[in-house]
Amino acid sequence: MSPATKTPAPAATSDRQREAAAYEMAARQREISVSEFFTKNRHLLGFDNPKKALLTAVKEAVDNSLDATEEAGVAADIAVSLKPVPGCEDRFVMAVQDNGPGIVAKQMPSVFGRLLYGSKFHRLRQARGQQGIGISAAALYGLLTTGKPVRVWSRISRRQPCHYLELRIDTQKNRPEVLKHETLDDWEAAHGTKIEIVLEGRYQKGRQSVDDYLKQCAIANPHMRLSYDPPEGEKVLFDRATSALPVAAKEIRPHPYGVELGMLLDMMRASKSRRISAFLQAEFSRVSKRVAEQICQHAALDPGRSLKLVAAAELERLHRALGKVKVMAPPTDCLSPIGRDLILQGLKKEVQAACYVATTRSPAVYRGNPFLVEVGIAYGGDELPAEEPVRLYRFANRVPLLYQQSACAVFKAATTTDWRKYHLNQPRGALPLGPLVLFVHVASAWVPFTSESKEAIAHYPEIIKEIRLALQECGREVAQHIARRKRADVEAKKRSYIDSFIPHIGDALKDILRLKQQEREQVIRTLRAVLEKSRKA
Amino acid sequence: MATRSKKTGKKKARAGGLAERRDQETVARIREVARDVHRKVTRGQKPELKTPLRSLANVRYDRKLGYFEIGRQRSVRTLSVNTVKTFAQTLKMMALSKEMIETDDFATKRDAYYVTKNWGEARFDEQAESDAVMDDIEALFSLHGLTREQLRFYPDEHGGAVAGELVVIDRDGTSGAEIEIDCTRFGSGAYSIPSSVEHLRFRTKARFILAIETGGMFQRLAAHGFWRKTESILVSMSGVPTRATRRFIRRLSDDVRIPVYAFVDCDPYGIANIYRTLKVGSGNAAHVNRFFCVPRASFLGVTPQDIIDYDLPTHPLKEVDVKRARDALKNDPFFAGHKEWQEAMELLLKLGRRAEQQAFAKYGLDNVMTEYLPAKLKDPRAFLP
Repeated sequence: MSPATKTPAPAATSDRQREAAAYEMAARQREISVSEFFTKNRHLLGFDNPKKALLTAVKEAVDNSLDATEEAGVAADIAVSLKPVPGCEDRFVMAVQDNGPGIVAKQMPSVFGRLLYGSKFHRLRQARGQQGIGISAAALYGLLTTGKPVRVWSRISRRQPCHYLELRIDTQKNRPEVLKHETLDDWEAAHGTKIEIVLEGRYQKGRQSVDDYLKQCAIANPHMRLSYDPPEGEKVLFDRATSALPVAAKEIRPHPYGVELGMLLDMMRASKSRRISAFLQAEFSRVSKRVAEQICQHAALDPGRSLKLVAAAELERLHRALGKVKVMAPPTDCLSPIGRDLILQGLKKEVQAACYVATTRSPAVYRGNPFLVEVGIAYGGDELPAEEPVRLYRFANRVPLLYQQSACAVFKAATTTDWRKYHLNQPRGALPLGPLVLFVHVASAWVPFTSESKEAIAHYPEIIKEIRLALQECGREVAQHIARRKRADVEAKKRSYIDSFIPHIGDALKDILRLKQQEREQVIRTLRAVLEKSRKA
Repeated sequence: MATRSKKTGKKKARAGGLAERRDQETVARIREVARDVHRKVTRGQKPELKTPLRSLANVRYDRKLGYFEIGRQRSVRTLSVNTVKTFAQTLKMMALSKEMIETDDFATKRDAYYVTKNWGEARFDEQAESDAVMDDIEALFSLHGLTREQLRFYPDEHGGAVAGELVVIDRDGTSGAEIEIDCTRFGSGAYSIPSSVEHLRFRTKARFILAIETGGMFQRLAAHGFWRKTESILVSMSGVPTRATRRFIRRLSDDVRIPVYAFVDCDPYGIANIYRTLKVGSGNAAHVNRFFCVPRASFLGVTPQDIIDYDLPTHPLKEVDVKRARDALKNDPFFAGHKEWQEAMELLLKLGRRAEQQAFAKYGLDNVMTEYLPAKLKDPRAFLP
């Protein structure tokens, strides 16, 4: 039944009425500020509840500090402090200080007081942050829940004073509002940044806690030293396992395979090149003159055509052609793996186990973006529970992912790997059981997260396949270890078998044959020798 | 049972030198096996224990012998790291047996299981494990002509009931003095066969033993003094006879050289299970059948032909009955060895009906005593083998 037959057609409105409505709507149409959007949708950024908000705030600040120190070539030295506000159980003062390069005074308000403001979005390079939302979102959250402004200290060198700012965010305009700006000649550090946010939160230990996050962070960043002053209990120091800094990841140009139409248009507008061929060669990686010509040929465009004159229909053809021409895989120096040895050191430092294995895969590509997978496994020992599902530590660009495990490509890869081959029990479609910690790191210039809160990696088949291959590689090594240990157990059991049962044979023969004690001892000695000999044979 | 108490150390005077001689022989056999083990050990060789291979493939039926016999195949358990535990347990169990003979005591499977609890590491965690070791020892010593009862491991199950012209010569459990038990003097009750019958002796003038399937029929015949009229001994089997009942009937019939007539239901269970087990033993325990089989047994009834001749009330054969009958015809060496039985089973299958011992009550409660049994007993040579 068609609805048309039932509902009468709406009464025709007069031209005048329609015009009035359009004007009325126009009066309401205005830019929606990102900050405003955030206040309504804070769950998208990881501030859904007080417990998670506390974690997210710490995480954003620490991620920024790690990115900054790495970029400046400084061995990260970070201090995290989390203290409840006296008298308010659900309020905390979070302070994070780093020894990074510091932020120029002019930029400080925008960096901390404006959403979508940052240095990383426009560059294709492996980094923890991407969009420039995180820390200002944390500041905004603090402001919204406690009304307290953000306090920031930053100093770029001993020769310059430290700048101290108190900031608010004007959510209407997405602009910072500086409440106070002072210069301090005398600050504790020569360079670095400190941020302090008062926010509503709930502190809890265990999984998905700040403590858990920092511990995992220490595993994936063995070059970092971090002191942590928790809300309760002793101060914790995560010391560095290496003094070597991670190899700085290079910035790369986009690869033709991963570019979207809108991005192509942006690149064309921003390019200084005048002709299509030159543009392709200059702005994309792995595009030579020959490849550029092939692309143009596919798009039925003259390579010498002026960029400015490319029409909309031609643009679409060009975009389609980008995906059709055979192009070399993107360069992989934009990736900075942790490395097998450092994964091992990181794991040994934070997880008590009997055996550690790790592997770093060669880079691979999904949708034109280079990525690589690293896996580490800590197995056995007395501290890891023997019968529970294994702990899965997920990392994207060295950042621990604590939420949405089951939505993540890493989880998918781990549950679709056949662990029974490696002597582990595994319920169907679940993580294996056993005394195991799985460490999985996905590094990429652009990690495809399932949401802005960066909690799970999207299910790209290429990524899942690489993770699974790395898991299998480590699984085989662990299986060897398990098999060795089983053999040793059997050996020990056999030995104790001989020792515990031979005397009984001696006793029984003594009883039946009325042997003397001395003869009994002789029987036991001879039998033990005979059995030991046969066992070795 | 309660009258028995454990004697420590001192040997008792025994009723009859026969039982004592037997015990001495048993101990000698145990020592023999242990000495073989000890000899190998002192030579620096791995000791071994030989038992008959207990599988149906190692069983045959010899019509002349009259029972299922274990074949010549042996399984040899050589001491190794993997067998050291069972090996130790087997020897310990043998030592326990010897001790029990010397103190004139006995143990049921359950008793023995609890005795092992003070063996430290060699103890058993489940009775099934100690039972298995006991079965091994039984099989091992069956090669030396000994039964489990002679090793003083008694079954938990009690024997059947006996009434009739029989004097059983036993001994008192505590004093060891000889006592005579007159099976005619139990009134409305009956003599109960003990777990171990090896030491019993018999005195009787009876002409035959009537082995009866059900307790009900036994009671009827005993209460009406059927044994007096026919000069017989009545034994109740209550289904498939226990080891003690089988051994009792065997020893009795051998000692006084009288035939055994089986009176059971006419169905595949009564024929292929109860009667077959009584006469030739079971395939599972072939290594001990020669002690427990009753070669002097023959089948009085109820036969399939009786169903027709006496027009007995019947019930249809159930699916399991048919299956059991066909299985017996196809696989059971006993039926393969007797043409008469094949014909009888075929007839039973053709009739598709079964009849119970009590079916004669159709013609009156005492019909079975006054008509059926006397008529049958006139010509024992016509009984099925």
